Amino acid sequence: MTEVHNLGVDAISCHAWNKDRKEVAICPNNNEIQVYKRTSSGWKLLQNLQEHDMHVMGIDWAPNTNRIVTCSADKNAYVWTQEGDGKWNPAWVLLRINRAATCVKWSPLGTMLVKPFARSENKFAVGSGGRVIAVCYFVSENNWWQCKHIKRPLRSTVTTVDWHPDNKVLVAGSTDYKVRVFSAFISDMEDAPGNGPWGHSNTLGTLLAEFQNTPNGGGWIHSVVFSPCGNKICWVAHNSSICIADATKGNAVIRLYTEHLPFLNCVWMGSNSIVAVHKHGHSCMPMLYSIDDNGQLYFVSKLDNTQKKEAAGLSAMRKFQSLDRQARTDTNDNALDSIHQNTINCVRKVSNNEFSTSGLDGQLVVWDLKYVNKLIWLFNLAAGEFHCWSEDSIKKRNAAKEQKGGKNTVQN
Amino acid sequence: MFLLQSGTLKPYLAAVRRTLTAAMCLENFSSQIVEKHNKPEVEVRASKELLLTPILISRNDKEKVLIESSINSMRISIAVKQADDLEKLLCHNFTRFMTMRAEHFIILRRKPIEGYDISFLITNIHVEQMYKHKIVDFVIYFMEEIDREISEMKLSMNARARICAEEFLKRVSHLWCNRSR
Repeated sequence: MTEVHNLGVDAISCHAWNKDRKEVAICPNNNEIQVYKRTSSGWKLLQNLQEHDMHVMGIDWAPNTNRIVTCSADKNAYVWTQEGDGKWNPAWVLLRINRAATCVKWSPLGTMLVKPFARSENKFAVGSGGRVIAVCYFVSENNWWQCKHIKRPLRSTVTTVDWHPDNKVLVAGSTDYKVRVFSAFISDMEDAPGNGPWGHSNTLGTLLAEFQNTPNGGGWIHSVVFSPCGNKICWVAHNSSICIADATKGNAVIRLYTEHLPFLNCVWMGSNSIVAVHKHGHSCMPMLYSIDDNGQLYFVSKLDNTQKKEAAGLSAMRKFQSLDRQARTDTNDNALDSIHQNTINCVRKVSNNEFSTSGLDGQLVVWDLKYVNKLIWLFNLAAGEFHCWSEDSIKKRNAAKEQKGGKNTVQN
Repeated sequence: MFLLQSGTLKPYLAAVRRTLTAAMCLENFSSQIVEKHNKPEVEVRASKELLLTPILISRNDKEKVLIESSINSMRISIAVKQADDLEKLLCHNFTRFMTMRAEHFIILRRKPIEGYDISFLITNIHVEQMYKHKIVDFVIYFMEEIDREISEMKLSMNARARICAEEFLKRVSHLWCNRSR
């Protein structure tokens, strides 16, 4: 079931959930961060975190250590820790960057070496407009958050970062149309570099792989994420493409150019089969893509099955007039046909088959893929909208189904 | 630069509409040149990689639209049809009237781009605060209204000139009549 939460703010630029999803931290598109708690009577504002001077660009909530890291266009990042009375206290991070911080992500796990926060998020990466990624870690001797920089060969603003599940590899996308995989191994605090499929290095910032969005340029990279197993990366870029690179297949890249407006965000749902992607534009809805058995990407369905609103009292005359004068059929459409009424800015994976989106319309939506999948299937059947699958792909899907003994190809 | 050409009004407007919708995928983006600045990249033009290829859509050599886009802002410049000196004058005065009140029009640029009559500057903040499709509607509406407005003004101008001439000639004919008497 799709849950729509309205927190009473005009816009949400980014959000992050705590571990049990009882609390959410959002940024209302300004310099504040608001922490809300889910109660029986709705969402209750717990605290307004005001430390940043400019737009907050990224929030990430570490599930195990229960810390929030935020970064902002004022070049600063803060790690917020909760006191005994439930109040959040900021700790300033020595970022040493000279342009806006654009994105932030906690590392998925830590090593035993770091005593206070053993086996939990012990590093985070901050992307910046100064062509730098700062990998930050806690130095207990000095009692502060320190960082090391990855500078080369970044040529433009880093728009997105993500961690490999082994904690030692980092992927970054930037506005120079490239996706780069770096070693994020910090010798001060970690014992051995990982030996994942992306290769390993015992120095921070070693370039392990580099992908051009398209062979001759492409667009700005909006989002890049590691698959749950860590062998693949998926990125979406401004040329409306979705690309997947696989380290186990010699960094082969699969590209899918879609006919939609550019996607802003993507997230892996399930082990390596389903990618949910979000687009911005006239219809603000998430879309589901999947990888078939041959490793090709294909479109599964739109996840927003809101019915098209009936245009009430639209006379034929007005319709033709509008078609003639403005080259469009619908006249009076203040509301869009989707749940989100404005750009979806942030998407988070909530559980194995749930993810949440927030947008500039101030809505926070939790999508359940299991339910949506079934509904879409029925809806498509009823509406006869089979045109979204080509005949070939249907045949392929049917063949795959038979192979798997009638098991549903769409795994949740 | 991409160049599109279409003769009749409807495909012309449809092309502009599609291009605007695609070009208006803007996001918040802080300057990577100057710290703590957030400026429209299409105006600053400091980083080449943040600008997209400009698109020129023209109906004929006089009527054209230039759409320039960047990561956090886009600029649309319109050249209005001006067949004769009177239309030129009317168009100049009309656009001047608008640009002098640019703050009320929010997305209007104070100074048009070289070679065009009027320019709009749309940033990510406008797209966040207003419905995107409504901004597109507004631009399309503006494009068709300005043509109509100018031809209406031209008609009323001509009508007024005709009345004036008539009045004047009446006097002249009176003079003529008096002399002949």
